[in-house]
Amino acid sequence: MSTLVAPVQESPSESSRVHYLNVSYGIKSWLFTTDHKRIALLYLGSITFMFLVGGIAATLMRLHLIEPQGTLFEPGTYNKLFTIHGIVMVFFFLVPSIPATLGNFLVPMMIGARDLAFPKLNLLSWYVYIVGSLFTLYAIIAGGVDTGWTFYTPYSSNYAHSEVIAVALGVFITGFSSILTGLNFIVTIHKMRAPGLTWFRLPLFIWAIYATSIIFILGTPVIAITLFLLGLERLLHIGIFDPAIGGDPLLFQHLFWFYSHPAVYIMILPGMGVISELVTCFARKRIFGYSFVAFSSMAIAVISFLVWGHHMFVTGQSIYAGLIFSVLSFLVAIPSAVKVFNWTATLYKGSISYQAPMLYALGFIGLFTMGGLTGLFLASLATDVHLNGTYFIVAHFHYIMVGGAVMAYLGGIHFWWPKLTGRLYPDGWARFGALVIFVGFNLTFFPQFMLGYLGMPRRYAVYPAEFQVLNVMSSAGASILGIGYLIPLIYLFWSMRYGPPAGPNPWRAKGLEWETPSPPPTENFEEIPVVTEDAYNYARSDGGTRG
Amino acid sequence: MASLLHSGFSCVATVLTAIPVRPTAASTIADDVDKLHFTLTGITFFFTGIIFATILYFMIKYRRRSDNERPADIEGSLPLEIAWTLIPALICAVIFVWASSLYFRNSRPPVASTEIFVIGKQWMWHLQHPEGPREINELHVPVNVPIKLTMTSEDVIHDFYVPAFRVKKDVLPGRYTSIWFQATKTGTYHIFCGQYCGADHAEMIGWVFVMTPTDYAAWISGGSRNESMAQVGERLFAKLGCDTCHLPDGSGRGPSLAGLYGKPEKLRSGETRPVDEALIRQAIVNPNSILLPKYPPIMPTFQGQVNEEQVLQLIAYVKSIGTEERQTNSK
Repeated sequence: MSTLVAPVQESPSESSRVHYLNVSYGIKSWLFTTDHKRIALLYLGSITFMFLVGGIAATLMRLHLIEPQGTLFEPGTYNKLFTIHGIVMVFFFLVPSIPATLGNFLVPMMIGARDLAFPKLNLLSWYVYIVGSLFTLYAIIAGGVDTGWTFYTPYSSNYAHSEVIAVALGVFITGFSSILTGLNFIVTIHKMRAPGLTWFRLPLFIWAIYATSIIFILGTPVIAITLFLLGLERLLHIGIFDPAIGGDPLLFQHLFWFYSHPAVYIMILPGMGVISELVTCFARKRIFGYSFVAFSSMAIAVISFLVWGHHMFVTGQSIYAGLIFSVLSFLVAIPSAVKVFNWTATLYKGSISYQAPMLYALGFIGLFTMGGLTGLFLASLATDVHLNGTYFIVAHFHYIMVGGAVMAYLGGIHFWWPKLTGRLYPDGWARFGALVIFVGFNLTFFPQFMLGYLGMPRRYAVYPAEFQVLNVMSSAGASILGIGYLIPLIYLFWSMRYGPPAGPNPWRAKGLEWETPSPPPTENFEEIPVVTEDAYNYARSDGGTRG
Repeated sequence: MASLLHSGFSCVATVLTAIPVRPTAASTIADDVDKLHFTLTGITFFFTGIIFATILYFMIKYRRRSDNERPADIEGSLPLEIAWTLIPALICAVIFVWASSLYFRNSRPPVASTEIFVIGKQWMWHLQHPEGPREINELHVPVNVPIKLTMTSEDVIHDFYVPAFRVKKDVLPGRYTSIWFQATKTGTYHIFCGQYCGADHAEMIGWVFVMTPTDYAAWISGGSRNESMAQVGERLFAKLGCDTCHLPDGSGRGPSLAGLYGKPEKLRSGETRPVDEALIRQAIVNPNSILLPKYPPIMPTFQGQVNEEQVLQLIAYVKSIGTEERQTNSK
């Protein structure tokens, strides 16, 4: 899963064919590429690296928490670890994960275009991402940051003695990468669909990416402004957030969550899109209730901007404001539930096979259901008072972000890997890896629901002894989860060189991306296809062409 | 071998029984919150179970038997879509009403609450009883008496959290927040800081001691206790020179503060605000933001000259010179 590897060795029959990986060689041909497929691979390598950084931080945290007094670190160091884990995983892995890799690769392929609308802008957004990442990595090496990924003021603005500015700048810069990517997707989806590919024939992955792009361009500027103000406050003490000079520390939280709650949907919506592709392919069925799944993505994108106050029920916010945010938070649960029911119904009377991508998809549905339903505890005012700021929250959002978004990401990577590389990976190992991840994940995070209800606050470097048993269980699960993530890393690397050739459509899936050779040629399609049928028309023929 | 297995199982069983499933419930609201919590837990398990069971059933029943299967072509079903939109919506509506009404009830302290003041500071809790005793990281309260905590922070945002009471509220610099609880069982319960506040956040913890009324009475009057908060506040009032303008008979350059607490006060801006803790605090640290129609803007700010604890003492003094009737009300 790295980018700058040598192109794969071709089997004799394929060796003559020119495709996007072997069209040119050398590091320059990658660093100056405007091919959306190559840029997708650049992103894939960069975010995998950031995932490892965030994952190492998480592993160290879980190791530390095996004993109530902590085993490894000073409290200050522990605080830096969870901050790094949060910032790297949210801003540098989850937010770009599916859109920047699979989205970049698939949006033009799925709509029958030769590239995104603005190929150079696409390359620029990768460079912007890299610059933002470097600022953040520099800050980690230069001493770290200890504000939590939420940067709450006035701690971050007036009290923290760590590299707040460098990290905030890193996140600020990376935000522009999201904005540019979102803009590129929206224009591409509007203007570059193949003839006959109407909005309601689009794969649901495209709908999900479209909804995500809207949040990218509407939400990201707000976090940029917020972090800019935080930097000004920290450097110049201008009194926006500092109550001692007339500022309001809660204003920061309003601004922060106005972006960061929609950002949750930036992370999960593309995953939902991936799941729609996977479930239909491996059940050989069209999606159940296409328009309901499509519109639920849009509903989620819109409502997600109106629920930020549910992060602030215990800040002293007016109880009437709490009421409004509570009802809106319940409202956003409903389109999510609709999606889960539709995916499940898609399996009905299908022809279901269980290759690795499908195992990830089914795992996603189960874990996302758990994550979504535990969100109701936090939308409910009376229970949120007790659970807010505890491990219950940690468990809840990891069920959504890891059980949901990361499972979908891995499922998508496994599904489109043959298209990305032209190679097959060993399916047995892949199924085994999916199972290990599922077990490890649940063992890590289920005990945290219990810990939170028992009252253990999050972000504690040391804790009362009565919480130890559950913490040890969680740490044990984390070690299994860690191994689970290494398994795909190994066999996917292996497959790039040694995997058997995949052929254009190993899953016999529907969708324009499967109608080109694997790996695709630089121009994606020899001729722009003409689309004459709905998405997921598996009943018409058993895979293959559709137009 | 069998005995080894057996000891293995009993070992696991011991570990599992060592995991509590419900935190101590020691306040009047705890049982109600837990009822809602367990209802939601039931809903979660029920729907997760249904989804898992359905997926499992479909997985087995509709597993691919041959590569050339041609499954049914089903586009969807409007009645089903309506059903699985409305049913979750209905459940959400019921939970919302239940949770919100409970929250509203839990948010309002009874009129007759005993007031205690909390100041959060990196990384300790200062607690101050109006009668005078001050505590650090410990809070002694009588059982079965409603207690209202008025809280503020000297520095960053903290959060006062007592899991056994199911209460939690952020403690903010520059303003007052409050919570209340009524303990139902004597005992010792955790106080946690629930909002990350810096290096020793995890050490910003303490204990609530819930005592029988007799024990509490002995504790509050025992030892060589200091003066009451109001008495300290009165001395401070004189020391800072407040009494040179705020003369009790109203003839000074500032308004008399006697009998002021709890009354609505019309400001120069036209706004009318009740004289409460927040207004008095604002008058001390930022007097020009709440000018009164009849008085010139000559009061200097005392920000930086008094800490949060002293502000609370001054407030206690102003409250103590309120009318007799109000005084008993606020007790």
